[in-house]
Amino acid sequence: MATSTVSKPPRTGKAGSTVFLKTLMAVTGFIFVLFVAAHMYGNIFKLFAGHEAFNEYSEHLRTIGEPMLPRRGLLTILEVVLGISVVLHVYSAAQLWKRAKAARPQRYVVKKSIAQSFSSKWMRWGGLFLLLFVIWHLLQFTIPKINVGDGGNAVSIKNDPYLLVVNSFQVWWLTLIYVLAMIALGMHLHHGIWSASQTLGFTPTARARKIAKTTATVVALVVAVGFVIPPLAILFGGIK
Amino acid sequence: MNLTLKIWRQAGPEAPGEMVTYPVSDISEDMSFLEMLDVLNEQLNAKGEEPVAFDSDCREGICGMCSLMINGEAHGPEVTTTCQLHMRSFTDGDTITIEPWRAEAFPLVRDLIVDRSAFDRVIQAGGYVSVNTGAAPEANNLQVRKEKADRAFDTATCIGCGACVAACPNASGMLFLGAKITHLGELPQGQAERDARVVKMLSQHDAEDFGGCQNLGECAAACPKEIPLDVINQLNRDFMKAKR
Repeated sequence: MATSTVSKPPRTGKAGSTVFLKTLMAVTGFIFVLFVAAHMYGNIFKLFAGHEAFNEYSEHLRTIGEPMLPRRGLLTILEVVLGISVVLHVYSAAQLWKRAKAARPQRYVVKKSIAQSFSSKWMRWGGLFLLLFVIWHLLQFTIPKINVGDGGNAVSIKNDPYLLVVNSFQVWWLTLIYVLAMIALGMHLHHGIWSASQTLGFTPTARARKIAKTTATVVALVVAVGFVIPPLAILFGGIK
Repeated sequence: MNLTLKIWRQAGPEAPGEMVTYPVSDISEDMSFLEMLDVLNEQLNAKGEEPVAFDSDCREGICGMCSLMINGEAHGPEVTTTCQLHMRSFTDGDTITIEPWRAEAFPLVRDLIVDRSAFDRVIQAGGYVSVNTGAAPEANNLQVRKEKADRAFDTATCIGCGACVAACPNASGMLFLGAKITHLGELPQGQAERDARVVKMLSQHDAEDFGGCQNLGECAAACPKEIPLDVINQLNRDFMKAKR
């Protein structure tokens, strides 16, 4: 034991303490969980309900809250919240990733992992893949509406959400990208929901820990499977 | 038993290091892992070579001085310290890779020895309770609930060996930190400084260049004293409460 008196510990750096960064990541992560669950619900129930029902749902999302809110009011609020969340989530992940690399500059020649789950090993690279996927997804369906399967009818398809979705997923490689992304999302949620629960202090007992882990597995499976059903149904002719 | 050892050799903090292979023979399976290394060092001494430097002290599993990453696992394959690991856990003809703890916060001193003073500084930052001097207080004055006393005792078994940091892919010291926070936080004597303690100890932890926690569980699996992962949950909770 060193006996010299240590000076007051320095205030944590500009980025904030590791626990603060983790809390930021956990809170924004839970916002994403709510978002993907709602998004998945809309896709699966409205796409199978047919052409008209889906377009009506899409229009409804823009008029929700009227006349209290302007057109696209709620949607804009959600976009801003999600946008800020993405920035904070990626920022804290990048800071912690950088810290972790600096914390072990020399790697082991042999290192076994005995406890960590397969999903948890892919949090960083899988998260980066999901970020790229989200950018591609927005390019495809939100702003420029890049339509990969338009067959020359780009303009009329762009204004018809149902046709845009159905035409896109009839292209096999696009569906493949989405299936891969949903596997990544499932894995990210599987470790992320449990980890966020622990970070936010919800898991003080063995029972609470078990509940958090089970919830994480169930939500991850439901969301990922729920998301891949419509694209696969479109590709294999279940939705036309 | 006959074994092949691959050991990290490094003459000093700035010297270049490398893995060196040593064969050892006629090892008894009743020897502890450190006694096996003693045998190797006697051989090296007899040949006039520099013996392998490694940390050890009590050799009964309670001081936290021994370390070693053995075949990629902190303290080797059993849930115990390296000094209490016996050669019967290995089989004749095995190749065993032995490395020092690897962390920026634990600078290498020589061969397999690292400097774990960072843990001491984390303790000095707030891992204590302040009490007035004078006559010993009446022992039954402060009553502690059984569950709280048990949890404080369980977490107080942390010997500060650093296996959690060594096993963590992020080289985080959160299990150590969580154990100390929980140990003092469960007891009445620890309440007065509880909020300040967690903030000061976490600041020191971060300043020592340990990594952040990803809740992977590698630390708890490597801990020779079986400190559970929920101490990190306790740490996060206490930190949020202190910052509120």
